[in-house]
Amino acid sequence: MASRVSALAKPRGVWWERLGPDERLWVWLTVIWGVAMFVMIAFVWPLIGEEQNRLSSYRVDPATFVAQTDAFIERFTVGEIDGVPVVAPPPGSDVYLEARAFAWQPVIQLKRGETYRFLISSRDVQHGFSLVMPPHSINVHVLPGYVTVLKLTPEKAGEYPLLCNEYCGLGHHLMIGRIIVTE
Amino acid sequence: MAAVNAMRRCEVTGLTVDRHAERLIMLNAVTAVVYLAIGGVLALLIALTRWQAVHLLAPQRFYEFLSAHGMVMLIFWILFFEVAGLIFASTVLLSARMIVPGLGWLAYGLMLAGSVVATLLMLSGKATVMFTSYPPLRAATHWYYAAVLVFAVGAILAVLHFFANVVAARLRGDVGSLPLFTFALMGAATIALWSLLSGALALFPVWLWTLGVIPEVDPGIYRLLYWGLGHGAQQVNLAAMVGVWYGLASLTTGARPLNEGLSRIAIVLYVLFINMGAMHHLLVDPGLGTWVKNVNASYFMYAAVMGSLIHAFSIPAAMELALRERGYRRGLFEWLRRAPWSEPGFAALVVSMVLFGLLGGISGVIIGGPQVNMISHNTLLVPAHFHMTVVAGTTTAFMGITYYLVPLIFQRQLLFRRLAQWQPYVYGLGMLIFGIGMGLAGHWGVPRRHWDITFTTAPVLRMNLIDLRPEIAVFLAMMGIGGIIAVVGGAMFVLVAVATVFVGQRTPRPFIGWIVPEAFSPYPVIAGGSGEAAVSREHGRFEVPGTLVIAVTFLILFIFLYGFSWFELSRVPWKIG
Repeated sequence: MASRVSALAKPRGVWWERLGPDERLWVWLTVIWGVAMFVMIAFVWPLIGEEQNRLSSYRVDPATFVAQTDAFIERFTVGEIDGVPVVAPPPGSDVYLEARAFAWQPVIQLKRGETYRFLISSRDVQHGFSLVMPPHSINVHVLPGYVTVLKLTPEKAGEYPLLCNEYCGLGHHLMIGRIIVTE
Repeated sequence: MAAVNAMRRCEVTGLTVDRHAERLIMLNAVTAVVYLAIGGVLALLIALTRWQAVHLLAPQRFYEFLSAHGMVMLIFWILFFEVAGLIFASTVLLSARMIVPGLGWLAYGLMLAGSVVATLLMLSGKATVMFTSYPPLRAATHWYYAAVLVFAVGAILAVLHFFANVVAARLRGDVGSLPLFTFALMGAATIALWSLLSGALALFPVWLWTLGVIPEVDPGIYRLLYWGLGHGAQQVNLAAMVGVWYGLASLTTGARPLNEGLSRIAIVLYVLFINMGAMHHLLVDPGLGTWVKNVNASYFMYAAVMGSLIHAFSIPAAMELALRERGYRRGLFEWLRRAPWSEPGFAALVVSMVLFGLLGGISGVIIGGPQVNMISHNTLLVPAHFHMTVVAGTTTAFMGITYYLVPLIFQRQLLFRRLAQWQPYVYGLGMLIFGIGMGLAGHWGVPRRHWDITFTTAPVLRMNLIDLRPEIAVFLAMMGIGGIIAVVGGAMFVLVAVATVFVGQRTPRPFIGWIVPEAFSPYPVIAGGSGEAAVSREHGRFEVPGTLVIAVTFLILFIFLYGFSWFELSRVPWKIG
């Protein structure tokens, strides 16, 4: 017959015992809850949600990505703020966004309700894409040598600060960009 | 040293204590507390900088101190304390010898050397690369990586020594089943071995890279390997903390786990599954596919979450049963009202369990899902989560057990008992305010590891987050004020521990509080201490109705907060994906 033993003492004999009704109830509740959370993430939200984690990615040579971004900027520049080019790509197009210590390049101007494919990479160290719209933010990680690809559809006009949320050096707090959404 | 003096018998617990083990426990524990004190000072300065209205430190200092704070607290304080715990659990608690004392000294020496060099380099601005040291960001000197690797080798030796001690004790035949406390630490040690190896695999190539031996390190693969350590180490803390929870429950209320097998299975769940959950640091990384993230971060992580939920039930249940057996049987909660609230170990246990469960655990599950992670990755919500787990949870629990281990191991009378009685509550209150402020700021989009969200010094495109939403200033003030209170609570602990160690009255029979004297004895008290098996419980009715009510209430709150996180995700004004 099993007995109960202090957690600080060596149990003697056989301590293996069937679960009592209290433990059985609780264990079943935890199993059900765990399965429910998994189903939510893997099946329910992918069906009903408008915010999906469907990141894709590919490897790239940082120099190539920089060249692509420069070409993108040259093609769609519509002006500048603080000396940073403002780029207005056509709806549905690819948007190149380059992170470097300590700036986001370029400023991007989007149309509300249109979908854009963002291609984000870094020319030097790791950075964090953090588009802030308090009380929310959209965050993805940015690595040199990889392009993080995600589709975004702005549903609200305004000017959004784009922060870096991965420490990238002593000027980390100077790194800020902007995305402008127009009607 | 004469063999006669190699062991002593503890007059309080009846356990046999190996002198080598005792000395190494002392050294590791004192080193841990020194690091805790250093980390606490840094914590105060950092919190006062992020409290935007105070904004104390200059940026470079801030990043240096933040790097050092992370390393000192998450790795050095915790691991030195855990090594002390591993030695205690594998020798003292088993009344067993320390098998190779030399190995213990070697491990301590390597850990000390590595940690001192790494800390000094970080504090002097030679390794301002944060706790994570993500390449291609590089420290100013390759000695930093070498120092961390030396520390890791020391820690691996300490963990191997633990296994050697346990195996030797079993081979000698005086240990059958391990005490649950030791079993939990064995879980912790198993995870530690895996995580330290993973960390060494991540850092070794970076060291070679900084030496110029190899041309580059893949930042994506580094992150994968690194988080095997970065999060794995926190799972070590989790398993060790759970062991301490069980220990404190037994010590202060005489708790005996309801079902030994269930509690052990829950620890095995940690060992099997929680390391795979470490991938939830990479949920918004390039390089990994959706299903890899889903399966690792949700499916496997929930198996580990189940382990935690089992402990969350099983520990209060054991205490309820013990207190009911002592006669506090009225209603659902008389046992809880009559529990030893003024006993520091019990106070620390409750503070640790409540804050860990309510804030740390639930927040971790929420932000560990691949979708909600998009609105929380690298915001202040992430450090809010792990301050609730590692600080409010693990550190509080470790402080709680220190109030018993210090008198017993150092054989000194605990000083400032009144201070110790209040300490867990002060510390917990501070961490509660701190955590809520930090978490809300993070949810509002405030990034972690950031000196200035007002961007007043930015050359271009300035935009002040506090202008966008003024309540952010309140959240950051909560962080600062909560931080101050918590640092006061931490200082109370350091004062009690240091005073006791250095000037507490020497005595072979220290008074260690209103503990249950049979906590170290395998013989069930209700069977008369005769070694007879306890009367088997009557199955068929609930034995711990109070705990069931608490646990189900907790689960309902969990479900509510989980649901709320999806609601918040749905309110993001942009479509993603």
